[in-house]
Amino acid sequence: MFDSTRRGFLKGTAGTAATLVAAGLAASPKAYADDDEIVVASIFDQSGGLDIYGTPMTQTCELAVEEINAAGGLLGKKIRLIKYDPQSNMELYAQYAQEAALKERVDLVHGAITSASREVIRPILRRFQTLLWYSVIYEGGVCDINNFVSGVTAVQWVKPMADYGFKTHGKRCYYIGADYNAPQIIGKWTEVFAKEQGSEVITKDFFPLDVAEFGPAIAKIQEAKPDWLSTCLVGAAHTGFYRQWYAAGMLNEIPIVSVTFGVGNEHVQLSAEEGNGIVSAQPYFQELQLPANVEFVKRYQERFGDDAQYLNSVGVGGYLGTMLWSLGVKAAGSIEREAVIAALRSGDIAWDGPAGHMVVDPVTNHVIQDMHMAECQNQTWNIFESYSQLYPSDVIDRCDLTKNPDMNAHLEPIL
Amino acid sequence: MDTAALLIIEVLNGIASLALACAGLAIIFGMMRVINFAHGEFMMLGAYTTVVCTKTLGINIWISMLIISPIVVGIIGIIVERAFIRFFYGRMIDTLIATWGLSLLLIGIVTAIFGNIIEGVSAPMGSFEVGVYNVAQYRMVLIGIVILLFIGIFLVLTRTKLGLIARGTMQNPAQASVLGISTQRVYMVTFAVGAGLTGLAGGLLAPISQVIPTAGAAYVAQTFITVITGGTGAVTGTLVASGVFGTVRQLLSYEFTPVLGGVGLLIVAVVMLRLLPQGITGKIFRRSL
Repeated sequence: MFDSTRRGFLKGTAGTAATLVAAGLAASPKAYADDDEIVVASIFDQSGGLDIYGTPMTQTCELAVEEINAAGGLLGKKIRLIKYDPQSNMELYAQYAQEAALKERVDLVHGAITSASREVIRPILRRFQTLLWYSVIYEGGVCDINNFVSGVTAVQWVKPMADYGFKTHGKRCYYIGADYNAPQIIGKWTEVFAKEQGSEVITKDFFPLDVAEFGPAIAKIQEAKPDWLSTCLVGAAHTGFYRQWYAAGMLNEIPIVSVTFGVGNEHVQLSAEEGNGIVSAQPYFQELQLPANVEFVKRYQERFGDDAQYLNSVGVGGYLGTMLWSLGVKAAGSIEREAVIAALRSGDIAWDGPAGHMVVDPVTNHVIQDMHMAECQNQTWNIFESYSQLYPSDVIDRCDLTKNPDMNAHLEPIL
Repeated sequence: MDTAALLIIEVLNGIASLALACAGLAIIFGMMRVINFAHGEFMMLGAYTTVVCTKTLGINIWISMLIISPIVVGIIGIIVERAFIRFFYGRMIDTLIATWGLSLLLIGIVTAIFGNIIEGVSAPMGSFEVGVYNVAQYRMVLIGIVILLFIGIFLVLTRTKLGLIARGTMQNPAQASVLGISTQRVYMVTFAVGAGLTGLAGGLLAPISQVIPTAGAAYVAQTFITVITGGTGAVTGTLVASGVFGTVRQLLSYEFTPVLGGVGLLIVAVVMLRLLPQGITGKIFRRSL
């Protein structure tokens, strides 16, 4: 092997090169059709500003893959997970989606956190015929047969909160949110739900993600005297709002019903007194006392040890989405994209997981699921009301994938 | 009437937080002409010091904010000055690059230790009523502290030998060293005081803002704009510029949105620098500090 002569070196090098070429030739067809493995790509931000969401999502996605493999894999094959980290950067989302679809030829891309990033990769994966699963709570409206969504929509998620606010606190709601598409669309939905209740959203204010000083905003809200405040604030800087709201002594003056409070684990990062009494609705809380969830949380914490985080409705998405997709693959008996889409859209894909009963809806490609209303007390969520099996009917009048399977849109509410 | 009172408090508050965030930079950049791009990170370190002292070590929040944060960041300032800054005096662009690197380094270190998560402490004290409105008492105390702080800085610079030496050294280092003053030491101490003031600002603002490793970025632009507009009289200039910018920003934020508040601040800054290229104290208050 370690022949020191020039001839020996040449022979050795040529031999190695030949082996490499042979291995390369053997390896390249392996990436296509009848593999001995199934390949899944996860694209969640594990660094940058969104890592508080992406890190637990990647962990739970990994846990789902490990559990499926431990139980014998899918269709007798093991799943290989490729974990991409787009670093909270939209260009990397596009790059990794292309790489997953064209180079790795994955069977599923489970990914995107913000609606903006989903709208970057959704057209790419549609064009390259690679299945996309999106599992984050969002404003609703995606209508694309290639994209399944296990995150809840505005009707499933925001409407229970709006109904609760208008019925319990009064007819005048003040809405504040982060300044990008999702909070703006959720604001519009809140207006739609207000109208249904004969109520009104008196003002909508939006703040760029880096705004941390809310003094003028708090003065303005006090002056408007709303019956309650709906918040859709996002990210680290906006956490300052709750701190300043508490410092101004407003926490017991105007009640807050928040769409997003707790989704970035604000309730454990703020002190107990700053979050007490804030109400939110989510499809999942770590506190859910379902046997499947108690077991799941235990497995998650054992698997990730010190890296395990408090699991909220965003973090758990990596697990829920992957598991639901695996049921579709099993039902299809094939990993071929069209067969899996048909199986997932059969109406027979139902599962009792950590978040309760879930059914994949064939009309919208979304998931029928439960919703829980909870109040934050001493940094934990006390669930006080649950809604069973809510249907994602947001844009059902305009989006029927059974009748129009070629539809490809992200629809907004009509005011 | 109540609304007017509330607005006046908000405006004073905006001025106070801006002036507070600028105090250390007024010394380091305004007086010493060192472009410290890690200014925001010094604030972040002050905020983390307060959070760690209060939450982990259980120290009284006032002691943490007013004493420990400035001392800790002041010591970091000395280390930074000895290790980095002293090689760059008089080389503005090089300082900019070096301190930019320093800011990335500090963000990295803090992220490695604490993780990229939000930390924080609640504001001490409750709230009080202005007519029908509620205002945090802490915000009023903050205004008081900033007034005392600037009076203190002014008195130290004008009425003490230390202040005289510092000002003399900044104006003419060669002359000062001929008079037997160790300019190296004066630079080091002045930088440490500037860093300490920045740490104090970070500590005092911690209860009303978010504390994350990247929190400093939000402050860099606005503090530099304020100190530059202030002009050569670093202390008076910063105070006057904070007054103008704080008022514009808070009123526009209240009436419209924080976006317009930020835009308004920049427009006023551009107009002022066009009319007064030497800064406010280059034209008016010329004999001030």
